[in-house]
Amino acid sequence: MTAVRVAGVGLTHFGTHPDRTGRDLFAEASQRALADAGVERRAIEGLNYGNFMGELAEHQGHQGPLMAEAAGIDAPATRYESACASSGVALREAVKDVRNGESDVLLVGGAERMNNLGTAGTTEALAIAADDLYEVRAGMTFPAAYALMARSYFEQYGGSREDLAEIAVKNHANALDNEHAQFQREISVEEALDSPMVAEPLGLFDACPITDGASAVVLVSDEYAEKNDLDAPVAITGTGQGGDKMALQDREFLARTPAAERAAEEAYADAGIEATDVAAAEVHDCFTIAEVLALEALGFYAPGEGIGAAARGETTRDGDLPINLSGGLKAKGHPVGATGTSQVAEMTRLLRGDHPNSDAVDGDVGVAHNAGGTVASATVHVLEVVS
Amino acid sequence: MSQNDDEVRDDGFDDFLDAIEDGEGFYLECPDGHGSLPPRRVCPHCGQGDLSEVALPESGEIETFTVVHVPAPEFADDAPYATAVVDFGPVRLTGQILDVAPEETEVGATVTPVVAETATTGERVLAFRPR
Repeated sequence: MTAVRVAGVGLTHFGTHPDRTGRDLFAEASQRALADAGVERRAIEGLNYGNFMGELAEHQGHQGPLMAEAAGIDAPATRYESACASSGVALREAVKDVRNGESDVLLVGGAERMNNLGTAGTTEALAIAADDLYEVRAGMTFPAAYALMARSYFEQYGGSREDLAEIAVKNHANALDNEHAQFQREISVEEALDSPMVAEPLGLFDACPITDGASAVVLVSDEYAEKNDLDAPVAITGTGQGGDKMALQDREFLARTPAAERAAEEAYADAGIEATDVAAAEVHDCFTIAEVLALEALGFYAPGEGIGAAARGETTRDGDLPINLSGGLKAKGHPVGATGTSQVAEMTRLLRGDHPNSDAVDGDVGVAHNAGGTVASATVHVLEVVS
Repeated sequence: MSQNDDEVRDDGFDDFLDAIEDGEGFYLECPDGHGSLPPRRVCPHCGQGDLSEVALPESGEIETFTVVHVPAPEFADDAPYATAVVDFGPVRLTGQILDVAPEETEVGATVTPVVAETATTGERVLAFRPR
């Protein structure tokens, strides 16, 4: 089986760009990724593209061919949708395609335009990732769903809003030098705790912002990289995906995420690594509590032990296991369909040494954790420096 | 939600709300005793068919809740409101807490399921009253 190399990565600025169309955002990200890869457009054999709410935000379905056109490639293109894990699943399918010899060069990415809907419109749109009958019609918003999980976590294991605020502070600090990040500014615990409530116990600074942006990566087979003399030192060596019941009320656990646990187990086994081999991780912190649940699902902490990790300095830039050195969804931003591949793009830069925070990574193994909805779907990918 | 929600029913789900309204709440039980909510053709936990309607316990316990301050447009005039996940044993239900100030809602409190109308649109919404 061939290894799958990340030949190039590209991101737009993540932020408030309500006037920019999805196709323009993806055109920029894909152009950057192709330039970074040094791969010609005509070599691209297919596009796997993630997008969540294009019908609602842009009245645009059938986005695969539209985005291939925007990227300037003449190849089959398919859109993948798995809520906030849309480009995570798009990536996983591309990895499998390269491995099984179906393709040698694939473009993978995602885009989301959100700010044109405003806060109320975005809140309504994001809610479609939940069960319409039994959750949305009961008034559950996306922040409310994570608030239900946060309170359940506090009840079972303890923890406080201060612990969560430390996660937001950490991720903002990490984003300071990241030119792609929505918030390149530090915040304090006090500022986070004083922010307005969105869904108790979660406040505004527990939540990722509403973000417009796109991301793209170029995947190639080992053979293609060698034959074309590409500089592609990072490989995706493990992929995993897990699922859970759609509605929180139907889950076995309200304060654990078994879908991500299963994705991690599969990805680690695939790569032949253990959780203790990981030097850094990009995890899906759509809300601060989600980072805690991710740390535990990835096996870095036992259930109930992840809550104080940021406060104890273990997951900060200088800690033993830096988490979300990009700034995470919280500070880098969360253009939903673009997030999965943006995490892989950022981890690639972190590992190969051209990210502003690369010096904080002490090791060759990184992990990217992407979650859909309240983690009814999840993907985990292992990235390693292989040459 | 579609514009036709007022005219077109969602079989199973609307039957479930009707039953709660009539004080005859039920859930679906598979031969192995797993609980689920309609519409279902097979048990979501084990895949068995042959689901039967079983009476929902009269009351349940609040397992977790949140107070929503930033609602979707359909609930704009309802906010702030408390939404809870309530444990009835074989199934849990999600709905709004009525008759209790949001700040006085507590995990572990005993509640009974009812159907209310939202302040914003008048749509039916699953809700709970303290027992």
